[in-house]
Amino acid sequence: MSPRASNPLQPASTLPTQIRNFCIIAHIDHGKSTLADRMLQITGIVDDRSMRAQYLDRMDIERERGITIKSQAVRMPWEVDGKTFALNMIDTPGHVDFTYEVSRSLAACEGAILLVDAAQGIEAQTLANLYLAMENDLTIIPVLNKIDLPAADPEKYSKELASLIGGKPEDVLRVSGKTGVGVDALLDRVVELVPPPVGDPDAPARAMIFDSVYDAYRGVVTYVRVIDGRLTPRERIKMMSTGANHELLEIGVSSPEPVPTKGLGVGEVGYLITGVKDVRQSKVGDTITDAQKPATDALPGYTEPKPMVFSGLYPIDGSDYPILREALDKLKLSDASLNYEPETSVALGFGFRCGFLGLLHLEIITERLEREFGLDLIATAPSVPYEVTTEDRKTVTVTNPSEYPSGKIDSVREPVVKTAILAPKDYVGTIMELCQSRRGTMLGMEYLGEDRVELKYNMPLGEIVFDFFDHLKSRTQGYASLDYEPAGEQESDLVKVDILLQGETVDAFSAIVHKDKAYSYGLMMTERLKKLIPRQQFEVPIQAAIGARIIARENISAIRKDVLAKCYGGDITRKRKLLEKQKEGKKRMKMVGRVEVPQEAFIAALSGDDEVKKK
Amino acid sequence: MGALPEGDIAPTDGALTDAARASRAPLSAYVHIPFCRVRCGYCDFNTYTNDELHGARRDDYAEHVLREIELATSVLDCGRERPLRTVFFGGGTPTLLPARDLLRVLSRLRDELGMVDGAEVTVEANPDSVDARYLGDLAHGGVTRVSFGVQSAVPHVLATLDRTHSPERVPDVVSWAKDAGLDVSVDLIYGTPGESLDDWRASLESTLALDIGHVSAYALIVEEGTALARRIRRGEIAAPDDDLVADMYELADEAFAEAGYHWYELSNWARGAREQSRHNTAYWLNHDWWGFGPGAHSHVGGVRWWNVKHPSAYGQRVLAGESPAAARETPDVEARRLETILLQLRLATGVALQDVSEFAAERARGLAVEGLLDVDALSHGSLVLTLRGRLLADRVVRDLTD
Repeated sequence: MSPRASNPLQPASTLPTQIRNFCIIAHIDHGKSTLADRMLQITGIVDDRSMRAQYLDRMDIERERGITIKSQAVRMPWEVDGKTFALNMIDTPGHVDFTYEVSRSLAACEGAILLVDAAQGIEAQTLANLYLAMENDLTIIPVLNKIDLPAADPEKYSKELASLIGGKPEDVLRVSGKTGVGVDALLDRVVELVPPPVGDPDAPARAMIFDSVYDAYRGVVTYVRVIDGRLTPRERIKMMSTGANHELLEIGVSSPEPVPTKGLGVGEVGYLITGVKDVRQSKVGDTITDAQKPATDALPGYTEPKPMVFSGLYPIDGSDYPILREALDKLKLSDASLNYEPETSVALGFGFRCGFLGLLHLEIITERLEREFGLDLIATAPSVPYEVTTEDRKTVTVTNPSEYPSGKIDSVREPVVKTAILAPKDYVGTIMELCQSRRGTMLGMEYLGEDRVELKYNMPLGEIVFDFFDHLKSRTQGYASLDYEPAGEQESDLVKVDILLQGETVDAFSAIVHKDKAYSYGLMMTERLKKLIPRQQFEVPIQAAIGARIIARENISAIRKDVLAKCYGGDITRKRKLLEKQKEGKKRMKMVGRVEVPQEAFIAALSGDDEVKKK
Repeated sequence: MGALPEGDIAPTDGALTDAARASRAPLSAYVHIPFCRVRCGYCDFNTYTNDELHGARRDDYAEHVLREIELATSVLDCGRERPLRTVFFGGGTPTLLPARDLLRVLSRLRDELGMVDGAEVTVEANPDSVDARYLGDLAHGGVTRVSFGVQSAVPHVLATLDRTHSPERVPDVVSWAKDAGLDVSVDLIYGTPGESLDDWRASLESTLALDIGHVSAYALIVEEGTALARRIRRGEIAAPDDDLVADMYELADEAFAEAGYHWYELSNWARGAREQSRHNTAYWLNHDWWGFGPGAHSHVGGVRWWNVKHPSAYGQRVLAGESPAAARETPDVEARRLETILLQLRLATGVALQDVSEFAAERARGLAVEGLLDVDALSHGSLVLTLRGRLLADRVVRDLTD
């Protein structure tokens, strides 16, 4: 066992040969955070007393859901054979929507620990990230975690991992983040196998931003990996994508609390603060250089985050609209990929059209809005960006079905993703059926070990955002995992289906769907709304239409009875209060033309319920 | 009646404000008899079977009511300047008490508060809880009218309602009542789970064959907390279907009209003005009444109050010389305006246009166009529901009072 390093190396004067930069690739719940905690403890940078579970995951939601949204980098001293090293552990987000952020984190490393639960085996997202790491030529160290669990099957999963990365099962390390078993051997292995960073100390400075975090007190904290040259405090730096200059107010390393240093040299990883207040001014993937002596070429790999999933967010209580606006403004400071603009809906009132990286991103933002800002929200069905070309050759990007051009349409293009689904082999048939029903094209199928299969499909993203994951989970008893990455776009036979109440379009229910599915969508929505909308004084037709063509119709017949037969024994108070309550209810009704619809009916219809939930 | 409303604290001595006491609106009395032999599955009235009385005794009950009459006399403090126009013994099952108990209460009311000549005095009865002698005793003691809880003439409907009488007995009790010189009314319930339109027609026909002056027909309301509500929730029986219930109402209205009965209130039909229930009309016109007995509601001079629900709590209060009121309220102008509309609109005489707001008058025109208010009546200055409007009365009230 290696001792804790008695004399840690000083940042800004550490030789690249003594640096190891690595990340951990793992699925949610496979114990990445627990393992990271144990490393912090074993290397001595967090004392046992102040150790709090999952130290690195700062946000409550992350801790509760066991996922890491924001990565950070921690510098840990470690001694092997009397020689001291600085280990930089770069914490990567482990989820499907954050592929770009993962790729930037990987680009900051030379090695990756592939961490897999010894009782569960590898999952689709981990596999996707592993491929990403292999494409980046990272050295992979396969590790099975949770070997203390009774259900652990290290023999089986060692083989699985070895076959995936092309090593020997004996080389797969076995650790327990919980008990600490094997963690020091793992750190030794990192020093042994991960190559030291390489860079030109004399070239103009180039540092890659792999994370950018908003802090209420300090403004934006930017995490960088220095590739060439060095950065020093008080110098002026330049963001190469925008050309913007900032003064470097503070530069340092996390261990894991921020510690200012005299700078960062080649191969080093740390944070910097410039006083900017919005993460959009310090973008992940961008290259930082010295403003006085700038580099000519930016580092490769930078792209603007592009929203792929759109949804309208509306406060259930309309008077919360200003709070929602403020909340989004605040979240935007720490989330460069969140964008939104005001939107109004007949059914839902005032809200915002928001763009997200993916479904999980949408879910996280909605949850943060509700939890951190006390908002009650309703989200419209997620939509993807469609490129719609009209007959007069004008192309518009439609992120909200209600903005679909009304005239003749020449063509519609939709985003496509490459989807990987990992599941026990017994479910292959049902998964293939599901994917085919969602217009998937099979790309391939591969066995991982004996009983697990990876299925690859090209699929329209629009099909995935529409409850695909729920169906996948329920059809596989929760065993399937899913990953997808953008794979361009395709022209498809898509139409917009409108839902009309007494001839008035209810914007929140318009959807862009494949022609073959328009009828079933129309049928489903008209039936659902018929069950949810209370009867009116007059007959209300509910129609589904493509343009002017009606494809489905239901009728809500006129109400005939709305009267209480009796006032019991002179209890007028009760009757009056009942009416007052009904009148209150009426005030909360939304009007679609002449039709009164309780907001709960819209909410239930959007969440796929057939019944209005009783409060 | 479910739970009592929430309200303001009622004073222990039951005292009213001078303003309320100064009311000279016609005065009625309601006497609640909170006892039943069995509890019917649909019923949420304030009534108790022997098992549920917890120490309260039927034998003591008349005595307790007499104590509340003493209280009323002193609170109203008007001597006999406001003689009672109507008295109504309701329940529960009033006829579970011996006739002499009801008559003791009636005569004390007459002695203490006074009673107009020709006052209407009604007793509710189950067909199986009275005989000719009992009815004769009531008539002799000053009761003028009996209202039988017939509900249905169809055995399976009666069974679903947990009613114990046999339909064959109804013509007998009705003729005994008539022989005793009593006016007769019959209560019917429609919309019982499992009741068909034909079942309802049969009940209507056998009721009309009784040749009586007054009929009440109430749509079954499934009240929360009743055995019926639980059976429906468990899926054992189907909830009443509103469309069928509407058909049943229309059928009843048509059958009654053909037989010479006119609707004078949403759920009440009478052969002539004399046969109309003056007691119930007092409620709709928002007159004053004192409700005696546990859970009874009162309205005097703009103050509403309601008594504690359990007979034993009621007994303790009145025996201690305290008001049995649980709480009271004094509805404000807006609430009273709503009450006026919701109560009077139920009547065939309707609401006078001059009594409603500008806004309601404007709405009324729209409702007349929609066919819910009678166009002719509106042109003569009153808001009167059409047949369709009667079935949507609560909606009309909401529209008029937005």
